[in-house]
Amino acid sequence: MDLSLSTRTVGDRTVVEVGGEIDVYTAPKLREQLVELVNDGNFHLVVDMEGVDFLDSTGLGVLVGGLKRVRAHEGSLRLVCNQERILKIFRITGLTKVFPIHTSVDEAVAATD
Amino acid sequence: MATVELRFSAQPEHVRTARLVAAAVARRAGVDEAVLDEVRLAVGEACSRAVGLHQSGGIAAPVTVMLIEEEKEFSIEVGDEARHATHAPGDAPGAVDEAEAEEDEMGLAVISGLVDDVKVTAGEDGGLIKMTWPTAPPTAVLA
Repeated sequence: MDLSLSTRTVGDRTVVEVGGEIDVYTAPKLREQLVELVNDGNFHLVVDMEGVDFLDSTGLGVLVGGLKRVRAHEGSLRLVCNQERILKIFRITGLTKVFPIHTSVDEAVAATD
Repeated sequence: MATVELRFSAQPEHVRTARLVAAAVARRAGVDEAVLDEVRLAVGEACSRAVGLHQSGGIAAPVTVMLIEEEKEFSIEVGDEARHATHAPGDAPGAVDEAEAEEDEMGLAVISGLVDDVKVTAGEDGGLIKMTWPTAPPTAVLA
């Protein structure tokens, strides 16, 4: 399965809905999308990963890159994920300490900490 | 010992194929269903790393994946033909591209976090990542 991306605005947040597989082949598309959003002045991003079937270290690298970009503008990057198989990858790489991970888009959009 | 060998040109789009084949052979070999996700991820990481090494080194040779079914275990060997610069702590800065080295390490970090039995070897004429999982043949499950 390929990668699907769609974005929508909720208040001052931009929600990026990601579906499919994020790997060495598809990660560049996600990177482009995040870079474009930041370049267009969207500094508070919520990446909804509920539709993601597969995530590897290339994908993690892109998310970390996105976080660095929004932070340069005092922005935020929050993740929405409930899937154990995906959460496990964040845990073993220690990235659960780096990303705020929420159980729903509503929760992520409302978060302010 | 039954073996499936897969060779693919160092293109990112083929990594998914390697993941699918590896998971299918692992399932057939009797690797626990709960572990198949780890097999898929680990082989993907190893292949992505090999593709990156071949591309950055301008190596035309394919990446090799060996799927080896043995009596009580299943192993995957991912081989690359990149020259691995062995760098000592005393090396001059810039001897190894730092961003590339970081990406490389992230992939290896995921592999070592996922797989208990992993061996990484590297030399002048290529590198090899060997990962091994235990298998449970159906007869053993009935006992």
